[in-house]
Amino acid sequence: MRTRLHKWFLLLGAAAFFALPLTSRAQLTTEDIASRDNMESHVAGYTGHVQDAAYDYRRYCVGCHGDMGDANGEVAQWLLPPMWPKPRNFQLGVFKCRSTPTGTLPTDDDLFNAITRGFDRSAMPIWNQFTKYQRANLVAYVKHFSPRFVTEKPGTPISIPPEPEVTPERIKAGREVFARVQCWKCHGVQGMANGPSASTLQDDLGFPIAAFNFTDGTRPKCGDTDEDIYRIFMTGLDGTPMPSFADNIKPDEAWDLVFYLRTFMQQPSKAKEIAKTLNLKPVSANP
Amino acid sequence: MHDFSCPRLRKAFHSATSLTAANLVLMFVALTCSQPANAIPAFARKYGLRCSACHETWPILNNFGLKFRDNGYQIMNDRDAPIWQNPSYWPITFRITPVWHRVSASNDVDTYSTTAPGVITGTAIQQISSSGVDLSGLDFHTGGTLEKNISFFVLPSSDPTAAFHFETVMARFDNLFGSPWLNIKLGRFELNNLLSEKRMVGLTDEGGIYQTYHFIPVADGNIFGQMGDNQLGIEYVGHSYDDRTRISAALLDSNDGNVNLTLGANSYSGFFTFDQAIDTGKWDVQRLGAYAFAGEAATYYRTLGGVPIAGSGIGNKSFYRIGFTGQFYFGPHFDLNVVTQHGQDNAWFGQGYGNAVNTDGNGGTLCSGPPLTNCLANNTPGTTLPIGSQAPVWNGVTFEARYVYSPQLIFIADYELEKMSQQADGPGFTGLNPTGAPGPSPSNLGNINNYNALIRYNPFMTSRAGLAIQLEYTLFHQNGTGPVSPITGFSTSTNSNELLFALDIDY
Repeated sequence: MRTRLHKWFLLLGAAAFFALPLTSRAQLTTEDIASRDNMESHVAGYTGHVQDAAYDYRRYCVGCHGDMGDANGEVAQWLLPPMWPKPRNFQLGVFKCRSTPTGTLPTDDDLFNAITRGFDRSAMPIWNQFTKYQRANLVAYVKHFSPRFVTEKPGTPISIPPEPEVTPERIKAGREVFARVQCWKCHGVQGMANGPSASTLQDDLGFPIAAFNFTDGTRPKCGDTDEDIYRIFMTGLDGTPMPSFADNIKPDEAWDLVFYLRTFMQQPSKAKEIAKTLNLKPVSANP
Repeated sequence: MHDFSCPRLRKAFHSATSLTAANLVLMFVALTCSQPANAIPAFARKYGLRCSACHETWPILNNFGLKFRDNGYQIMNDRDAPIWQNPSYWPITFRITPVWHRVSASNDVDTYSTTAPGVITGTAIQQISSSGVDLSGLDFHTGGTLEKNISFFVLPSSDPTAAFHFETVMARFDNLFGSPWLNIKLGRFELNNLLSEKRMVGLTDEGGIYQTYHFIPVADGNIFGQMGDNQLGIEYVGHSYDDRTRISAALLDSNDGNVNLTLGANSYSGFFTFDQAIDTGKWDVQRLGAYAFAGEAATYYRTLGGVPIAGSGIGNKSFYRIGFTGQFYFGPHFDLNVVTQHGQDNAWFGQGYGNAVNTDGNGGTLCSGPPLTNCLANNTPGTTLPIGSQAPVWNGVTFEARYVYSPQLIFIADYELEKMSQQADGPGFTGLNPTGAPGPSPSNLGNINNYNALIRYNPFMTSRAGLAIQLEYTLFHQNGTGPVSPITGFSTSTNSNELLFALDIDY
């Protein structure tokens, strides 16, 4: 009898365990979302309002992100990861591109920049033809889908030290960091997104996701300046397997890693020029 | 048959007994039953974007659509090349429009004796109206990228009898050296007009074109200088990353887009545009621009047996059109588009010299001889201009106001005015002017007033197909080009109007 009860408890426990994450994806009601219609954004010199973005959201965004911001727009079904990532589910309040520490909400500027920049290798276009006022309103609109923006405040943007001069030593040091924190496991020893874990990667919603290929000439999703790349691995890309390395990499080392990563990329850079003289070998996948 | 998803719309259509009532019901139901707009076929299938992302209403481009086009049909997400698409994807859309329309125009008609049956007593000017169901031509739009930053567009287009021609054929190299300022295309294409005639939604004869883009003085022989027609040539386009600043320069054959070097060969023209958009915050983006179209076209075609030889045009004379363009948004729902024009043709064009090759539209020549019949004026050696000839000069303006209630419902009103400021037959001219009267042309000869208003409603759109229901009315007036007055013997004004109801099909 006790064994049978034990089995039932185990079964219920397992069911509860697997159901827990789903509760966070629970569909919000229209009324719940409407209760946040007074959400504002403060960015680019404007105060954005939800009501003022409704028309633009319907015209430009709803096809993918859906009326409820739940990534359930009519064309979402045709976006098949990893080649075409699924649209962002705004209700979850989880965003890849932030200036804030992992697990925290993005700032209005982060969301504004995401709309402006678009996302390479996805169906999210560059919306930089919008006025700043339109974008500020859309930021408010995106925020109003998630209760997190009511209960939590955005994180404090990480501080990024000034970019040092790139030197051969720094590139070599960056290579050591690349090996130490095992970037190669996903991104491959030559940055070609073919590491041993690359084929198994999934995002938090269980969709397959590709590691970034540094060598194919494409741009990182969250920006392609040196500062953007620094920010990516110090904040992580929430909702994806890309973690934050803020606890593992010192700021100075982070710049070294930026310079090393630049040597993989097709875009011309001083680091790439210097690397030609260094005859660097790829890090070992079996250290 | 389409199944209207809004019950009120279905019921309304069944119960409406008159066209007027149906239209009122349509407007009411459209306002109350609007559904979210979805994607248009060709590009929407590729990117999963709704048609409303690129179009105010299909096919009028909004700012995002303009940027997409300027980028060579790319959203610049590193997924633009065909290799990233499902292999079954083929970027093609067809469009055809069955219409009911009622056309009314002034005509000369015979008058009959009331006492002697069948005896013609003279002529009179009467308004003749005709109505019925009709067809537009059929368009096959296919375009997109061949590879990243190499794009194309091919548009075989037919008239209502299914006689096809290539309306657009072009290939383009985009973002050369990684710069949005360097894009080159070659082929037959629409000029870089900010207010695109090829994307207008007007469907009537006079409301389906911009008069400003096609205006030439009465009896003017310049076959070119028509900004609304697609032209053959090579075009450079540059734009800023956010498409706020746009420039273009095109070198064009002065043959009005005719292939096989038939008309106006050996002459070239240039078309230059510039426009700048300004972020005006709550008022949206305002765009101001200018254009200049200048060049030469032939007035003399060498002959054989007195018949002009196609493609032999020489004796080039000059022409130009210049103007400003403006696109003013007043919030997300209302915008006003303005195009002005100041134009001038050389006096030879004004006297009817230009395209001496009178074609039948299928490559044949109508002009025959001797005796020469159907032959247009040809500036053969020894020809002189009549006394009083001068360069015709005119000014024009187009206003187009749009109210976008929703991406599915749009109201558009156009007003166009074309006004001559100097006639080709000036003071001292003693011959017969185009109205048939002797002496200089009346100062208002050829002036145009054109009004057009339409409602366009998309009851549904999907990423696979689209349908627009359109109601349109056009009122056209032109001085001195109408029927001949039986009293004076001179031409009167053209007055016409057209009422149209259309189902614009897009798949």
